[in-house]
Amino acid sequence: MRNRIIYSLIVIFFLFVFVILYKGLSNSNLYTPKANIKSIPEFSSEIFLKKNTVNSSDIFNKKNYYLLNIWASWCLPCRDEHPLLINLSKNQKIEIIGLNYKDNLNNANKFINELGNPYSTILLDRDGTKAIEWGAFGVPESFLIYDNKIVKRYIGPLNLKLIDEIKNYIK
Amino acid sequence: MKLLNFFLIILILFSSNFLRADEIKLEKEITKNLRCLICQGQSVYDSDSEFAISLKLIVKNKINEGFTEDQIYKSLIEKYGEWILYDPQLNKNTYFLWFLPILIFLFGGAIILKKINKH
Repeated sequence: MRNRIIYSLIVIFFLFVFVILYKGLSNSNLYTPKANIKSIPEFSSEIFLKKNTVNSSDIFNKKNYYLLNIWASWCLPCRDEHPLLINLSKNQKIEIIGLNYKDNLNNANKFINELGNPYSTILLDRDGTKAIEWGAFGVPESFLIYDNKIVKRYIGPLNLKLIDEIKNYIK
Repeated sequence: MKLLNFFLIILILFSSNFLRADEIKLEKEITKNLRCLICQGQSVYDSDSEFAISLKLIVKNKINEGFTEDQIYKSLIEKYGEWILYDPQLNKNTYFLWFLPILIFLFGGAIILKKINKH
C-alpha cells in the first residue's frame, strides 16, 4: 500500500515535470518581460539637425496617434522597415516621431536623404539613455502612443502585418 | 598659511577620491545584479552590448544624482519588469520562490528527526 503511494507520487511528479518542459519547447527562447510602463516617460532631447532641445510634453501634446520609432543608420532591419514607415507617414491620422539611437549624425543624415524622411520630428539619443527611459531593448523598436499612453510596443522591425494592425488602431 | 592651504587641497582631493571609490563600488554591485536583457546569461556588468553600455551609464548618472540602490532598482523594474533583477525582491509573486527552500529544508529536517527518534 505504502509502496503504491510512493510509486504514484513519483509518476505524478515526472508527469508534472514532463508537461512543464514539453510546454516550454514551443516557447520562444527570447523572453520579453511584461513591462509596467504605460505612460510615456518625461525627457528632453535635442532635435536632429537643429540646435534647440524639446520636452516630451511638447511633442506628444495633441490628442492624436503617434508612433515613436527608434532607429539608427547602422541598423540593417531599420532599412527594411523604412519604406513601410514612409508609406504609413502618408496617413494623416498618425504622426511618426523618430528617435535616432547612438548614431553618427552624418550617417543618419545620409540615411534620411537616401531613403526619405517619414518623421515629423527626429529626436537625438546620443548615449542610449533616452531609449532606456522608454524601456526599449534596442533598435528598431516602435511605440504606438495615444493620449500620452503607450497603446502597443513593437520590438524589432515592423512588417506589413504589424503596419495593418497599426492602421486598424488609428481607424 | 601656504602649508595649510596645501594640506587642505590634498585633504579635499583624497576625500573626493574616496567618495568616488564608494560610488564605483555601488555601481559595480548594482550592474552585477542587473540582467542584460538582450544577451544570454550575462549581467549588465559583464556585457558590452549597446543596451548594457547605456544601462551602465544610467546607473552611474542616477548614483551621481543621489538615488539609492533600491530607488534605482525600482525605476528599472517599472520599465523592464522584475526580470531585470538577478536577485528578485520579496513580494507576493516571489513568496513561493523565497520560502520553498526553507519549507523543503524543514520538511527534510522533520523526516530525519523522526528517523532518529525511531531508532
